[in-house]
Amino acid sequence: MVDVTPHGADLIPPAEVGEMELYHPHSWWTKYVFSQDAKVIAIQYSGTALAIGLVALVLSWLMRLQLGFPGTFDFITPEAYYQFMTMHGMIMVIYLLTALFLGGFGNYLIPLMVGARDMVFPYVNMLSYWIYLLAVLVLVASFFAPGGPTGAGWTLYPPQAILSGTPGGTGPGIILMLVSLILFIIGFTMGGLNYVVTVLQGRTRGMTLMRLPLTVWGIFTATVMALLAFPALFVACVMMLFDRAIGSSFFMPAIVEMGEQSPHNGGSPIMFQHLFWFFGHPEVYIVALPAFGIVSDLISTHARKNIFGYRMMVWAIVGIGALSFVVWAHHMYVSGMHPYFGFFFATTTLIIAVPTAIKVYNWVLTLWRGDIHLTIPMLFALAFIVTFVNGGLTGLFLGNVVVDVPLSDTMFVVAHFHMVMGVAPIMVVFGAVYHWYPKMTGRMLNEWMGRFHFWVTFIGAYLIFFPMHYVGLVGVPRRYPELGDTAFIPPSVHTLNEFITVAALTVGFAQLVFLFNLFWSIRHGKEAGDNPWRATTLEWQTAGTPPPHGNFGKELPVVYRWAYDYSVPGAAEDFIAQNDPGPATQGGPA
Amino acid sequence: MAIALVLVLVVVGSVLFHALSPWWWTPIASNWGYIDSTLVATFWITGAVFSAVVLFMAYCVYRFRHKEGQKAAYEPESRKLESWLTLVTAVGVAAMLAPGLYVWKQFVTVPKDATEVEVVAQQWQWSYRLPGADGKLGTSNARLINADNPLGINPEDPNGQDDVVVEAADLHLPIDKPVKMLLRSIDVLHDFYVPEFRAKMDMVPGMVTYFWFTPTRTGTFEVLCAELCGTGHGFMRGIVMVDTEQDYTSWLQQQSTFAQLTGPAKVGALADQAKAVAAME
Repeated sequence: MVDVTPHGADLIPPAEVGEMELYHPHSWWTKYVFSQDAKVIAIQYSGTALAIGLVALVLSWLMRLQLGFPGTFDFITPEAYYQFMTMHGMIMVIYLLTALFLGGFGNYLIPLMVGARDMVFPYVNMLSYWIYLLAVLVLVASFFAPGGPTGAGWTLYPPQAILSGTPGGTGPGIILMLVSLILFIIGFTMGGLNYVVTVLQGRTRGMTLMRLPLTVWGIFTATVMALLAFPALFVACVMMLFDRAIGSSFFMPAIVEMGEQSPHNGGSPIMFQHLFWFFGHPEVYIVALPAFGIVSDLISTHARKNIFGYRMMVWAIVGIGALSFVVWAHHMYVSGMHPYFGFFFATTTLIIAVPTAIKVYNWVLTLWRGDIHLTIPMLFALAFIVTFVNGGLTGLFLGNVVVDVPLSDTMFVVAHFHMVMGVAPIMVVFGAVYHWYPKMTGRMLNEWMGRFHFWVTFIGAYLIFFPMHYVGLVGVPRRYPELGDTAFIPPSVHTLNEFITVAALTVGFAQLVFLFNLFWSIRHGKEAGDNPWRATTLEWQTAGTPPPHGNFGKELPVVYRWAYDYSVPGAAEDFIAQNDPGPATQGGPA
Repeated sequence: MAIALVLVLVVVGSVLFHALSPWWWTPIASNWGYIDSTLVATFWITGAVFSAVVLFMAYCVYRFRHKEGQKAAYEPESRKLESWLTLVTAVGVAAMLAPGLYVWKQFVTVPKDATEVEVVAQQWQWSYRLPGADGKLGTSNARLINADNPLGINPEDPNGQDDVVVEAADLHLPIDKPVKMLLRSIDVLHDFYVPEFRAKMDMVPGMVTYFWFTPTRTGTFEVLCAELCGTGHGFMRGIVMVDTEQDYTSWLQQQSTFAQLTGPAKVGALADQAKAVAAME
């Protein structure tokens, strides 16, 4: 399908949003701090997410030091290890990836790509960021609370999350964690409603849903999912907060804690797991779908070729989004839930592999007969496909209920989810930053530092997580700060652990080069111009770079074609912008 | 250009690593060889797909990398190709799922002749209970737990009197007899995990979970907790010894029953407590 309005067809003239309706900032404070401009909010979100992400990165180094060289670092006690582990997981999944993809890329790209002047509710959008920042600060505060942050694992499973055997369980740690999550969800909901309404109502003339760039489809679908999934986490957090603070028993059965009968009675720990994963599994796709969308656009732009099978790609995104709500209990095969659930959830889980595989085929088929420019965004896109395919395929082990039984709760699982929802989406984040940084700042990121960053990150991350699967296959459980003398674990596993630690520290170092590049290139990067990648989508057709408040000039662009008119036969250039009325496309299947 | 080479190396390296790696699962000691076979079949299918996709990418990058004057093809979609790929993928997925579900059916169907063995977990140790001569475990209740009755066995239940209690010590199992492991926790989530048995299951306070297996090899096997249970999680270890019938019987004879452990004097006190708990509930 090539969705192009024939040249000369009568288009309804743009229903211009009056320039006066936009609230323009009047002072430095309202322009750069309490800003209602989605682009500024995007950068605030991204900056905060990267800052707290840096904390998570350092925590991962500390964990790897302990796992590679157990007993060497006295300050890494089991308590500390579990606190590092919990905070690392929580920060990466929620406060970094979710915030960066939706709050960061969503805010920056949605209005620009759909041809809107801003989000539809700019004031609520601003509040969204400030509540997110508050959530992050509450999270950070738990590091300084008596007893430290919670060490319950990012899954926060009760009863242990609120008992004395777990770090932060009876101190303020767990309370601050739950409050921070509740704040995050409130803040996210404000932003999320904005993204959805802007995509549905804020599109410019001619921008039909089936002309949206896949980036917007990915972020849009992920946001709808997040609006449906986060409430489950919200209620779980509120109930656990009650169990912990006022002694209710939502998740707490009658137990004996350290020899003492507890006053709790009648609660269900498994109920928490259902609520958590009803959120938690869609969460995987809340991170993955924006990555799917963005990487589609990176591949298409840098291979100078339309994305292969656009309609199928859209339906695959929507299908994956819908299916991801009926697979949650595959995280619970050995939780003690009714074993017959296994049949249902294994089937739904493996079905989701089909639309996911279609997406992979269409990415590689887009490369076929392309004109592949090996730019840094393209390199990261390729690295994404490799790591995503690898991580997706190991998901077939864990989704297939009986194969999961020996592998669950081992390092195999850790390797799997890091590959598929850690490394793969982060490859897209990097690709996207190298791709859109020129639009955000007007300058290119330094090429030499970028290539160094790419090679170390891609090869290093693969060397960390590919061998880790085999540590799990041996049977090494996850969440063990040290293995001690265990008969079935050969000494070679310890050697492998040392190797993985060295690889992890090396990859970590490369990220500092990336951060340095972000700052260095603001002043010293090459001038980018308006459209350095010669891309078709609307954000590259703005009046000026970085785009001013209001994004487009006096008139909003009118869209005549889909987002993928690259290398159109007969066209003068190898791309035709979406707002370019002609020439009409020739050829191609109708 | 380098990237095409690296992509090929990723495939070659991964396959070689898999083939030459000394890191493989522990020799199996239970009847769940089917699980291992399904896992191996999954390795073959996924390995082939991974190699095919990444090698195809490497070829594309090499063959279609930008050169002066090159222009990409314009082919928005191909119904036929997309349908075929969907179909082939669906068949491949079904080929993995079908045996998986077939084995799962066995996994969740406990044989009628399986002996019940109870595992009781607490922070951070393992205890066990075996049905006595009557072959039945007595009822239990977390509210009955105290220093004299660490597993919370109901003293009023006659079935429980001859139950063999193994507190914080090794468990022995006879070879080639199917066992149904009844799993109970008195505080937080735990998971009874012996790598050689392949099977594992979480233990959830407030309910009894289970799995079954048949030990097929004598020896000493380490029990690890596989569900995060607090700061002692990594150190929550135990031992299961799979014995010949003869060794098992002689071990069993040295164990004490609930009645023996509590003695007549204590039984009275425990029974009073049981009544109080029953009245409360």
